[in-house]
Amino acid sequence: MGFFLWQNSWLQMIFTLIVQAAPYSHQSADTAYRFAKSLLDQGHSLHRVFFYADGVHTGSALASPPQDEPNIPERWQQLAQDHQLDLVVCIAAAVRRGVLDANESGRYSKPGHNLADGFELSGLGQLVEAIAVSDRTLTFGA
Amino acid sequence: MALHTLNRAPADQSCVTRCLNALADNDALLLIEDGVYAALPGHQALFAALPDSVSLYVLQPDLQARGISEKVRDVFTPIDDAGFVQLACDQDKVVSWF
Repeated sequence: MGFFLWQNSWLQMIFTLIVQAAPYSHQSADTAYRFAKSLLDQGHSLHRVFFYADGVHTGSALASPPQDEPNIPERWQQLAQDHQLDLVVCIAAAVRRGVLDANESGRYSKPGHNLADGFELSGLGQLVEAIAVSDRTLTFGA
Repeated sequence: MALHTLNRAPADQSCVTRCLNALADNDALLLIEDGVYAALPGHQALFAALPDSVSLYVLQPDLQARGISEKVRDVFTPIDDAGFVQLACDQDKVVSWF
């Protein structure tokens, strides 16, 4: 019985996902979301989702897709809310693509900021830490 | 043992070739997104040099989206999203080719 419990808890893994695909550009953005949902449904945990390269556009609060299409940023926000996920957007990749939080907007004297609630701008250190504590890291590339 | 995912169609020769060359004994290959086209009989030759111990999978929802579920070779085991997660757990690491 003890062995059984040990084996069962070992089977619950910690994942980190790296999303490099821009929303609405490549199917990979959708694959990443489906994978995240599926691993959470199976009782695994998702330590962090790291949005990198063109994937940073997922963190835009201004995305306004037609009503009959999935709202990709909102889907991640909802999933993050339901499962207390850490959604990190690479700060260097984001700022050069015009995805800014209030802080960065001030730093570069821009007229506004557009990082969606539930997302956070941070650096590659967050990715390194996530890889170190996770059992599995998957990259969804475009 | 590693799981390799491939999301490029066979037309992207360099990506597909690099992926297939990297497969080692007991690795698993999962075709996803446009990568699923490589499971069609016309692309059989691509896989000729693979070790027998490499297991081949294809993501069923991506086959369905492209209308080719019935056409792929049966050496490829179709799996769903839950199967993808399970495969990632079963292998030591995951390598993404894109």
